[in-house]
Amino acid sequence: MKPIRRQRLILIVLMVAGIGTAVTFALRAFNENLMFFFTPTQVVAGEAPPQNLFRLGGMVVDGSVKRPGNDLTVQFGLTDSDKVVTVQYTGILPDLFREGQGIISKGRLRDDGVFVAEEVLAKHDENYMPPEVADAMASAKAAKAARESVQ
Amino acid sequence: MWQFFHRLSSPPYFYGFAGRLVPWLAVPAALLALAGLYGGLVLAPPDYQQGESYRIIFIHVPSAWMSLFIYMVMATAGAISLIWHIKLWEAVAVSSAPIGAAFTFLALVTGSLWGKPMWGTWWVWDARLTSELILLFLYLGVIALYGAVEDKRTAARAVAILALVGVVNIPIIHYSVEWWNTLHQGPTVTKFDAPSIHVSMLIPLLLMALACKLYYVVVLLVRVRHVLVDREQSSRWVAELVK
Repeated sequence: MKPIRRQRLILIVLMVAGIGTAVTFALRAFNENLMFFFTPTQVVAGEAPPQNLFRLGGMVVDGSVKRPGNDLTVQFGLTDSDKVVTVQYTGILPDLFREGQGIISKGRLRDDGVFVAEEVLAKHDENYMPPEVADAMASAKAAKAARESVQ
Repeated sequence: MWQFFHRLSSPPYFYGFAGRLVPWLAVPAALLALAGLYGGLVLAPPDYQQGESYRIIFIHVPSAWMSLFIYMVMATAGAISLIWHIKLWEAVAVSSAPIGAAFTFLALVTGSLWGKPMWGTWWVWDARLTSELILLFLYLGVIALYGAVEDKRTAARAVAILALVGVVNIPIIHYSVEWWNTLHQGPTVTKFDAPSIHVSMLIPLLLMALACKLYYVVVLLVRVRHVLVDREQSSRWVAELVK
């Protein structure tokens, strides 16, 4: 490689590396602002902004979905498999909303610790499979659990 | 091998070579796309949670992959043209931008269409969606910059630098779903574990990805030929070509 070309190559590598470092530091500085949602553990620990609108993400606790009234109001527990926060929402839920499913809700924390959501979004996971496979996996899991409970 | 690449860098040789290559790639691209679409839209089973709506991944995922891949090609071509000053690679860089922009746009639109019924929203400002939108702006910036500068030699150099600056966005897009909490799900296929997608859905997806790749090469070759003829208007080989 001719010296002038090597110089240009080094210049380009340095430029890309320099910009990369700068952006890395910038992203690290804004790390918290880039987080799309808070987890129930963070909310219980008081890290979420009180009185302010924020997003809360987690799994819907199995068997926790209740409809207290005759309207569209739903109440359910949201967990990150450690802490649970109760969420209340009035409105139409997305297609993927179900127990055990990851969701993200936007709203405010009420004084009694209930999260009043204005918006509920379903978070899809990265698994794609035909229904028969999902059924087979679920029944295999159930069989295994049954075996373990017998022992 | 090396000599072949040297010869290929000469615009008249490349013009003829690319022209002969196009039909040999265009036909497989079309066949693969047909096979992929048939496999994805007809043969593949519905998803256990999303039902039929998941089928948008057969367009969305290859487009998103292509949007990143084309940017890497564009930036690499830009670097080569800056270092060696080869006109062919300048043409590759500027010709890639509109194709990449189209794939990025497609990925954003299909994702949005899927997001409304599945997530419950057309758009959120999470890290993945925002960084992909920035990618679209980078492509549009490259196109605008090349069009705005009158002297195409200078324009190609400016475009190469812009493309290289934007390269930092590529790892951000790819890892955004792992580094931050996002609404967009994590990677299904491009991870070190086995893909978390059933094989009956994976095969059409990969067919579509391959079809998109070939389509890109075909359109790229055609565009590069046009750029070369345009840039070399006053040279002898173009004069002989139009005779």
